[in-house]
Amino acid sequence: MKLSHITEARPLRRSQRVLAFSAAATAVVFALAGCASSGASSTSTSAAKKSFSIAFVPKQLNNPYTNVELSGGQKAAAALGDKYSVVGPNTASASSQVSYINTLTQKHIDVIAIAANDPNAVCSALNQAKAGGAKIITFDSDTDASCRSLFINQVNTQSVADVEIKQTAEQIGDQGQIAILSATANATNQNAWIADMKKDLATNPKYAKIQLVTTVYGNDDDTTSFQVAQGLLQSYPNLKAIISPTTVGIAATARYLSTSSYKGKVVLTGLGLPNQMRQYVKDGTVKEFALWDPAKIGQAAVYAAKALEAGTITGKTGDKFSAGSLGTLTVGPDNTVIVGGPTEFNAANIDQYNF
Amino acid sequence: MSTTTSPRQAPLVFRGARRILVSREFSVFAALALLIIVTTSINPRFLSAQGISDILLNSSIFVVMAVGEAMVIITRNVDLSVGSTLGLTAYSTGAVYAAFPHVSLVVVFVIGIVFGGILGAINGLVVGAAKVPALVITLGTLYIYRGVNYAWAGSNQYFVGNDPAEFGNLSVQTFYGVPVLAIIALAATVIFGIYLYGARSGRDLYAIGSDPSAARVFGIPVDIRVFGAFVACGALTGLAGVLYASRFSSVGADTGTGYELQIVAAVVVGGVAIFGGSGTVVGAAIGAVLLTTMTGALASLNVSKFWQQAVVGVLIIAAILITRLLALRNTRRLKVSEARNV
Amino acid sequence: MSEQATAPVSAAPAKLRSRGRRVWLGRNANMIYAVVLVVILASIFVPFFFSVTTVNFLLIDAVPILLMAMPMALIIITGEIDLSVASTAGLSAAVLGVLWENSHAHGNIWVMFVICVIVGAACGAFNGFLITVVGLPSLAVTIGTLALFRGLALVVIGDDAVADFPTDATTFVTSTVPVIGVPVFMVFVLVVVAIFAVVLHFTPFGRALYALGFSKEAASFVGIRVGRSKFTLFVISGVISSIAGIFWVLRYSSAQSDSVQGLELSVVAAVVLGGVSIFGGSGGIVGVVGGVLIIRTVNYSLELGGLPDTVLTIVTGGLLVISVVAPSVSARIRLARDRRRALVHSGEIAKP
Repeated sequence: MKLSHITEARPLRRSQRVLAFSAAATAVVFALAGCASSGASSTSTSAAKKSFSIAFVPKQLNNPYTNVELSGGQKAAAALGDKYSVVGPNTASASSQVSYINTLTQKHIDVIAIAANDPNAVCSALNQAKAGGAKIITFDSDTDASCRSLFINQVNTQSVADVEIKQTAEQIGDQGQIAILSATANATNQNAWIADMKKDLATNPKYAKIQLVTTVYGNDDDTTSFQVAQGLLQSYPNLKAIISPTTVGIAATARYLSTSSYKGKVVLTGLGLPNQMRQYVKDGTVKEFALWDPAKIGQAAVYAAKALEAGTITGKTGDKFSAGSLGTLTVGPDNTVIVGGPTEFNAANIDQYNF
Repeated sequence: MSTTTSPRQAPLVFRGARRILVSREFSVFAALALLIIVTTSINPRFLSAQGISDILLNSSIFVVMAVGEAMVIITRNVDLSVGSTLGLTAYSTGAVYAAFPHVSLVVVFVIGIVFGGILGAINGLVVGAAKVPALVITLGTLYIYRGVNYAWAGSNQYFVGNDPAEFGNLSVQTFYGVPVLAIIALAATVIFGIYLYGARSGRDLYAIGSDPSAARVFGIPVDIRVFGAFVACGALTGLAGVLYASRFSSVGADTGTGYELQIVAAVVVGGVAIFGGSGTVVGAAIGAVLLTTMTGALASLNVSKFWQQAVVGVLIIAAILITRLLALRNTRRLKVSEARNV
Repeated sequence: MSEQATAPVSAAPAKLRSRGRRVWLGRNANMIYAVVLVVILASIFVPFFFSVTTVNFLLIDAVPILLMAMPMALIIITGEIDLSVASTAGLSAAVLGVLWENSHAHGNIWVMFVICVIVGAACGAFNGFLITVVGLPSLAVTIGTLALFRGLALVVIGDDAVADFPTDATTFVTSTVPVIGVPVFMVFVLVVVAIFAVVLHFTPFGRALYALGFSKEAASFVGIRVGRSKFTLFVISGVISSIAGIFWVLRYSSAQSDSVQGLELSVVAAVVLGGVSIFGGSGGIVGVVGGVLIIRTVNYSLELGGLPDTVLTIVTGGLLVISVVAPSVSARIRLARDRRRALVHSGEIAKP
């Protein structure tokens, strides 16, 4: 009995010739690939380049906040005549960012601007990019300092924490249980703000009666944040307020609260986009929240990249560069550039903003 | 005559009750009831009006999908593309509203169901025509549909809960206190449950799952029935997509990623054998409710959220074990009864 | 996977296929030619592709899938399936992270590697026990263990991301062989591939697997120890998956609860694309390697070309579907044609 375990071949004679040709081609290709230097090498090796290429790698692509940031960057790049591109994962994950960084390395992009999902996981890929000649700047969410030249921070970290706690405390009467609904567990920016918030709660005597019971993570995914908010309210019946320092989180939580029996009973503050939050401010779910103009970050990133590329700054403390309509920006400690301060939104001013 | 060979039979009512009590579906239901009772006694907020509403709303979508998947699994196939189908139909709902903001609610539902049905029909056609196992084909369509979703949506997201308001309100409206979404899910379960129990073509699905070649010899149009099962699964997933858009509002390229394995798990927990031939859509529906309730219950019990997924995994394995033990016992009983009658 | 849709035996007298023709023209070889074709096309049409850097980046991301595809191929050949491979890898990754974190960077990392591998073996043994001893269907069981092991990874490491792994380990894992740019770790992977190929094609144990997949009952009648073979395969799958998890941690220098998430379907897709029949009983290692490489090469060339990787998912799915539909359809056509020819031979129908 024939127990054939190798499947039958297609016995066409023409295909034999095709296959033989492919086999010969194999040898040639591998030999060539072995001796080839990097193909289609960059023609621009001269130092004085007029235009350069900048690629943005945001935390994730389908995120309204990211889109505003990138629009600022795109406009600035167009104004300066530089090549702008954006690549990134659809879900906020560090390992997928690594693949995109690798592709950019191979394409010899001049400057990579990245908002990291994890401060360390992307470092070795960034270092490889640096070895290939690219300049690295981070924006929004930093990496470990050794992997980048410059960090564009939207707002001073402490200011963010201060305004979050302030807005929460004044709505709950300076006492009660609160919780934080954050993005992903390793997001550098959120974790920095949360750390400063905890410091505020611990050191400021005014907030002595406020208790932070837990921090939960919605992974910057709308549905997950929605469900996590549900679970939060189930687990902590005495919760007075939720702080959500991420635009996806606050929008999802607001949506849940506005259709539930907790509307008006549980305070919600955090960082949100005015366009997303407008209806919830109008219907009373949210009284006030904060943010800044994300487009400015993208713009600052492009101008910083240009200055870095041109050699006018190296990213060390004290460097100054012009950033178009933002004026002159200075590099502060930790190679960080602060773009501005937070804006507080409430029913009185929310209609003035369109982003 | 031979009517007295069987032992004295209990009255019809008792026999019916007994049959329900030992059925697979009841044991799943009992597990669900136990879970709810234990959780509520520890945290009464679990069964508050808001809590119940949350459970019903969260599970409606999974129930609808589980009903469809159960039909496919009963025929000894599997549909792994349901997650991607959900994503596509949910996103299409957003796209429809973006293009025609004043389209009627009914039209949106019809579009979602038909779209899902077409996607399911593609699966059914390839499985039937090429005689290739459904696992591989639907794995392929899982990728293809997801790719189409990415290509169509890109990084765009629609937030359909906000406009029109009537669509988003669908997820909060109640009918005598029961959320509309839950009523839709219940209706789907009942309709298909009756169909599979009572209709000839419905019962054919069980025959196909038990022994496809025997069913073919018997004269059952196997390919058409299997095709129908896939279309039904796709259509129900399309319905679930519309419900998802209403409930969760945000739809994009990633919607529904990973749901397929959760749905198959829910169906298995509900007592449907993975090799087909047994189980009911009612059981699958209860399985879906059980799994979604489990997550909420663990949160209410303040069990560290890190244990939730592990518990779900244990549940699935326990369910498979029980199904297997019951199947073994049935086989043994069948063998014994056959021997007796000869 | 109990439905046997066997390839029809030709009604015409069987041609004597020389071993050489079978090797060079079989499905396995076709996969390799397809890889070559894709590489050539990519080199022509995608800028920057034709370089040493490509070899590095392309292969290094193929490592976990290639590793896990080896035992997966054997398992599918025996007619089972293991969907829990990525979760086992994730659990090992989480264990490695927690061990490293708690040792405050003082412990011996090799001991930790061994512990992780033992964890992987235990996972595989759990699967094997449920499937061979208790007799549960592997599809359902491994869906359950997929959730269970991922859940255990969450329990073990929680929300943490451990990142400060020793740099000599992480650089070793991402380093490449000079000149040709092949990742050093790939050499180890190739050794594993070679071992699997030898075991599958040249040992009695391996050949018994084909018999197993073809017919469990016949195999046990012939004396093949069905339960023990399958159990061994699942344990091996667990071990290899844990190695893939360790690689993942060192390559990204980060251990998280969602490490290696979602890779199981890619592994199955690559294996099936490589010619292993999902019914069991046929397929080969070379084809599987080809399957992995094709998917990875297409993926990489699309990324590099700036094409959205949505096209990739469609292509992967399409390849998968075509790779199983085409042989089935062509076999049916051949069967119809042979039947017709046989009827003509026997004079039942007149020659056209």
